[in-house]
Amino acid sequence: MAAAALAGMIHMTTRPMTRRTAVLGITAATATLARPSVLRAQSTGRVVVVGGGFGGAACARALKRARGDLQGDLQVILIEPNAVFTSCPFSNEVIAGLRDIEAQQFDYDRLAAEGVTVIGQAVTTIEPQLRGVLTADGVALPYDRLVLSPGIDFHFDALPGYDAAAVASEKMPHAWKAGAQTLLLRRQLEAMDDGGTVAIAIPANPSRCPPAPYERASLIAHYLKTRKPRSKVLILDAKDDFPQQRLFEKAWKELYGEMIERIGLSQGGRVTSVDPATKTIVTEFGNYTPDVANVIPPQRAGHIAEIAGATDATGWCPIDPVTFESKLVKNVHVIGDACLGGGIPKSASAANAQGKACAAAIVNLLAGRTPEAPRLTGVCYNTVAPGYGFSLAGNYQPRGDIFAEVEGGATSPVDAPRELRAREAAEAERWFQTITADTFG
Amino acid sequence: MAALINVPAKAKRGDIIEIRTLTSHIMETGFRHTVDGALVPRDIITSFTCRYNGTEIFRADLFPAIAANPYLSFFTVARESGKFEFEWIGDNGYSSTASASITVE
Repeated sequence: MAAAALAGMIHMTTRPMTRRTAVLGITAATATLARPSVLRAQSTGRVVVVGGGFGGAACARALKRARGDLQGDLQVILIEPNAVFTSCPFSNEVIAGLRDIEAQQFDYDRLAAEGVTVIGQAVTTIEPQLRGVLTADGVALPYDRLVLSPGIDFHFDALPGYDAAAVASEKMPHAWKAGAQTLLLRRQLEAMDDGGTVAIAIPANPSRCPPAPYERASLIAHYLKTRKPRSKVLILDAKDDFPQQRLFEKAWKELYGEMIERIGLSQGGRVTSVDPATKTIVTEFGNYTPDVANVIPPQRAGHIAEIAGATDATGWCPIDPVTFESKLVKNVHVIGDACLGGGIPKSASAANAQGKACAAAIVNLLAGRTPEAPRLTGVCYNTVAPGYGFSLAGNYQPRGDIFAEVEGGATSPVDAPRELRAREAAEAERWFQTITADTFG
Repeated sequence: MAALINVPAKAKRGDIIEIRTLTSHIMETGFRHTVDGALVPRDIITSFTCRYNGTEIFRADLFPAIAANPYLSFFTVARESGKFEFEWIGDNGYSSTASASITVE
């Protein structure tokens, strides 16, 4: 009976519905869906993954591969509105003119070939009580477990002057979601005269990929040094300290001399408002009108997480670090940048690792087994010039409500010969090939 | 680094204005020990004052729990053109001053 009702639902989802009938569809199925999950899980299981970035795509793939662990079949649905994913890792190289955007782009053909049902729609509604989601075209999809991997959205209220209209005006690109914004910032750099100033406004943590703004400053400096050597990079920073700071600062001195100037929090560098019309950046103690203004706004979990009710007052999603299940919504798991991971940074590498660990936990939960505590590894490469890179690797395990860093991490030495920097730059390229192949096939 | 001061250059009489100050200071608590076990002596700013044309309008006492590089922001009413004077006093004879002008129309 359960299978029949579910089959009915699946059939229903193959044709468009109005929102009303879709909700009714979910309601009608509820009586069946409300049966004890263990019973149902042993016959079949359905996991819906929302968001096809490094977390969501890795999770969907891992779920599909793990289906053999279950007695019944596991149906995996990935909902992602964009047909093509554009990777943030290595997008700083696109900004600096060192790489084409096409090298950043991946589709979902491989996932589909492996049996993941890929739906190219946006999710508009999530009904945790009914265990179903609605997509923009009115299709209802029930789930046993829902995985949200929505990445970040911008917290516009936190930076007066910077909102959706400011983004649309293209005066102050954020380039913090890769794609059109990446190319916009690149065009603005190309259009700037020699002798100009490029400002980068950096928010406080938590934010996506904390070392990335400094990699960006480095690679923009590389572009300016080779094309517009009288120009400079001005970093306005809401932080005093940042990851791999000594490595970055040493490299800046070595490669770019005085070209990069950084005003940190305790020098008054925190940006308090912006005015896109005049391209003005206001800090607590000064006003700046750079020629190119790259404003990286404060962030929060992607909007979908809020729709699901999985965000708390911080704007991020508290989770159980063993299963990634939301602390606020049952049967909903949150992975990647959107979750409150504690010591684990918001990075592509961490999202990929979380996606796989979450998949393993879900398979265990559906099979009625106790999930094992995962041990995650996050790796981060920073390239400050072609052939000059360094890295940071960390291991993380659940401790209480969050992930804590455990032994086994490593960072590149501050004093090292250039051969090591060259080797790490080459390793960075291989890491990108590996993680994108692992995630997207 | 000298202190950072943010006072509006101009204001209308009666306007409520925000004043921001930030000064570089280690704010060593006096509770920490070196690896050898020796106590690191306390070194903090203990007092901050702001005078507006000679009249004290704001004062703060600072304690070991206040973080390095104290940032203080407060409000006052723009009454007349003139000068704001700021003074930080601390352990080991520490003293630092700064000033900023305002035109009130």
